[in-house]
Formats: sequence, structure tokens, C-alpha cells
Amino acid sequence: MRTAFIEQLLVEARRNTRIFLVVGDLGYSVVEPFAAEFPDRFLNAGVAEQNMTGVAAGLASEGYHVFTYSIGNFPTLRCLEQIRNDVCYHRLPVTVVAVGAGMSYGNQGYSHHCVQDIACLRGLPFMTILSPADPGEARTCVRWLSENPSPSYLRIGKAGEPVVHGCEASFAGPCKIVDQSGDVAIVGTGPVLAEAVAASAQLREAGVPVDVFSLTRLSPAEAIDVGVLREYRRVVTLEEHVAAGGVGEMLRSLLGGHRDLRSLCVPQSLCMESGSQAALRRIGGLDAAAIVRTVNDVI
Amino acid sequence: MADLLAVLYGDVLNHKPHDPLWPARDRVILSKGHSTAVLYAILAEMDYFPVHELEQYGKDGSRFLTHVSHKVPGVEFSTGSLGHGLPFGCGKALAAKRQGELWRTYVVLSDGELDEGSNWEAILFAGHHRLGRLTAIIDYNKIQSFGSVADVLDLHPLADKFRAFRWEVAEIDGHDTSQIREALLVARDPDAPPLAVVAHTVKGKGVDFMEHQLKYHYSPPRTAEQLSEVLRQLGRGE
Repeated sequence: MRTAFIEQLLVEARRNTRIFLVVGDLGYSVVEPFAAEFPDRFLNAGVAEQNMTGVAAGLASEGYHVFTYSIGNFPTLRCLEQIRNDVCYHRLPVTVVAVGAGMSYGNQGYSHHCVQDIACLRGLPFMTILSPADPGEARTCVRWLSENPSPSYLRIGKAGEPVVHGCEASFAGPCKIVDQSGDVAIVGTGPVLAEAVAASAQLREAGVPVDVFSLTRLSPAEAIDVGVLREYRRVVTLEEHVAAGGVGEMLRSLLGGHRDLRSLCVPQSLCMESGSQAALRRIGGLDAAAIVRTVNDVI
Repeated sequence: MADLLAVLYGDVLNHKPHDPLWPARDRVILSKGHSTAVLYAILAEMDYFPVHELEQYGKDGSRFLTHVSHKVPGVEFSTGSLGHGLPFGCGKALAAKRQGELWRTYVVLSDGELDEGSNWEAILFAGHHRLGRLTAIIDYNKIQSFGSVADVLDLHPLADKFRAFRWEVAEIDGHDTSQIREALLVARDPDAPPLAVVAHTVKGKGVDFMEHQLKYHYSPPRTAEQLSEVLRQLGRGE
């Protein structure tokens, strides 16, 4: 997904001379093509995310649309106040890009698990959060961000994420990517949505049709129309993020008194486990098998 | 700090108060956002807005917030949380350098806020990138929020620290207007090292009962008599 990001950013930078990429000493084997083609619009700010974000805001105040790029918590939580005060309060066009959404970095440990970022950034003024499910969505997001410069956060996976669906990302609300005329809607965000698509195939074979939605845009809430979900008696949400401040909570709030909404999210106890992303999804109850169990439980 | 800002705005800056966003203006960022009363007063004196608007300072619905606010004409950047101004100023200075613009960026910092690690990230950055048209002015009054700098987290030797981070340094008496002028008016090549003006100052300068007193970090004159005495000592008495 990070390759899709940089390829699309290159496309955008060729037609939008305002695009500027700042990395926090990360992006080896990913961002080099951008640095080579646009050396005047590229900067490695070093391992210093507070300064990186302040510099990005300063560059943005002089007309650039700046993308900051680093792993998970580094360009987000480490410099949250710079995003809040420097970027959002001044409404500057800075897009924070975090690679390694959720538990993409698996065995590299909890420092690299990005599972509180949505909660931390959702509450900031003028902040747009985009969480693509697959490389195709990621490309659509970069194009949309280039056309809509504003304080924003792009949460992408790492490498090798499967194509989840062939649709473009929707920025208005949940986008149906599996339609089985089911009674249950599974709404997911980010690469973990692949588990929902796998679960939907298993459920269909078992005679339990479900519909699957990708929720790409997570903020601002007022821009998200969740009306389509009200047609379902049961909704299951899925995210590689903790419950507090995550997508499940958000949808529960937006849907009001929806009858049956189950949230599959990262349990806090998962920080004590170790494993690959697949193993952690299994332990944390976020894999296809867990989704199948949950749907069978709610119907 | 009033002396530093008065000389900066009065004698040094290339700016147009009636066109606050004039593209070729020099940029000023007051990172020690709690000192905004001085900045607003100077901006009013420079005719960025009518002086009488200062009466709205701190009132409900006012744009004159009691930490630096970009809602006020002439203010580039809101501050208040310390350690934000210099990284932002680095971004502006880098933008000017990349675009071949010749305007300068001035960031005014307190000594206490140099405790913030973000400043040292920015100091390392500016030295490395030779942001020659970036100037940091440090109001070095030796007192921070809850004690003396020497007791809380000593910055000494401050000038040497900047030099070690590849800055040029001018150490001056921050109340001597000719020294301030001389330090700030020196021409700066875009590819020179950044300049740190370490201005040795006295908190509450000019008012005998306020000088060096931590209390007056928090407290303005409380009574009409006290205000009158402050103005008299500053040569502004009725």
C-alpha cells in the first residue's frame, strides 16, 4: 500500500507543484523516486517528529501542501500537539501519512502498533481522516487529498496488502463492496477489511449472506452519511484499533439507537501478546474466523 | 522583551502594516506566546489596527486572546504552548530558501521554553540546513515560570550551545537599543548559518519593584496607584 501511495503522490506532484514530501528518516525503498524527481519538494527532517510537523506547518503556511510520512505512532501521537496547534488550528494543508496501520508491523512490537491514532486525531478541528482498505483505495485517497488540501491524516498499511475490492474509495460514507442482499452489514476500515471479505465468502457458503462496507473517511463525522446502514437490523464493525474513540464507537454514535451493533476491535490486552499481524488478528478476534463467529452469534 | 520587539518592528522589519499579508514581508513568530500583550501593543503602535482595539484584550468575543493569536492582524502564528514557534519558523525559512525569496524569519523565544526538546530538534535542523535568513532572538531574563533558570534547568553556557549546533551567535544587552539594532540589522546570506541573538534581559526592567521578580511573570499592576507608579518609572507618567 505504501508503494501505491508514493506512486500516486508522484502522479499528483507532477501536476500539482505545491505538493511537498517530508519524511522522518523513514521510507527506505519507498520514497526515493519522489526525492529523485522532486528534490526541491522533498525533505528528510531526521528522527524528530515534533520539528518535522512544525516545519511542515511552516512550509504549508507559505503555500505548499505538505505530506509528512513516517511509521504509525511517530508522525501522529509523538507530535500530536503540533498537529493540533500548528496544523489544525491554523487550518493548514498538511497531510500526515502513517504507514503501518493497526498491527501491520506485527512482530516488531507494540511500539510500532498503530491502534490509538484514530481516537487521538478524530477530535481535532478541521481534520479529515482517510483510512483506505487496499492499494486502490489508497490511490484514490491521495488523489482526493491533492484536490482537497486541508489538515488531514492518511492511515495506510505497509506492503503486500491484497486488493480487497475494485471500487474507488467513497468519501461520503460507507461504500458497499460485497453485496449478498444480507441482513447483516459488516463495516470495516483499513486493510483488515480483507478479513471481512474472506468471512463474507465463508458465510455465503454456509447460507448466511452478509453485505460488506468499506468506511474510508472517518472524519469529520458530519461529512459521513451512514444512512445506508440503517437498512440493516444488525451491524458488525471491524477495525484494527482499540474500542475507545474508534470506528465502532463512532458508528454507534452516528446510528443512534441502532438495535444490534457489535464492534470487533483491538483489545487492550493485546499489547501483552506477540506475533505477526495474522497471529495478532487471530488472538485479538479480528480475523475472518472471528467475524464468522460474530455474525453467526448475532443472527 | 519590549525593547527587543520595539526595535525589531520599529527599525528592522521590512513590512507594511496596512498590508499584513504582503508577500515580501519579513515574518515574525513570537514563540513565547504568553508575552502577547507587548506584541499587540506594538502592532497597534505600528498601525496594524487602531490602538483603541486593545481595550478588547482578553474580553469575551475578542480576537485579542491572552496568548498570541493569529486572529490579530500582523500575527503570523498562534502560540501559547511553548516550543512550537521555532520549528514553524524553520518551515517558513526553508520555504523562502527553496523559493529563492529574500524575506527573513525572526522567532522570539523565552529562555524557559528552551527546556522543550522540540526547540533543540529545530536548532539542530536550522544549523544543518544553514537557514541563514532565520534569526532566533532569545529573551534571556534568567527566570522561568517556577524559579530561576539556573535552578530549574540551567541553560548556561547558552551561546556555546547554539554554536555547537552550527549557529552564529550575537550576545547583547537586550535593553540597549543600539546593540539590538546592530545585531538584527546585519545582512544575512541565505546560505549562512542561522543567527541566534542571545539577549540578556532583566524581567520587569525599568520598574524597581518588578525587576527580577518571579511574581511579575504572573501579575500585572493591580491597583491604579501601582499602575501610575509603573508608568512614572517608565517615563510615561501623566
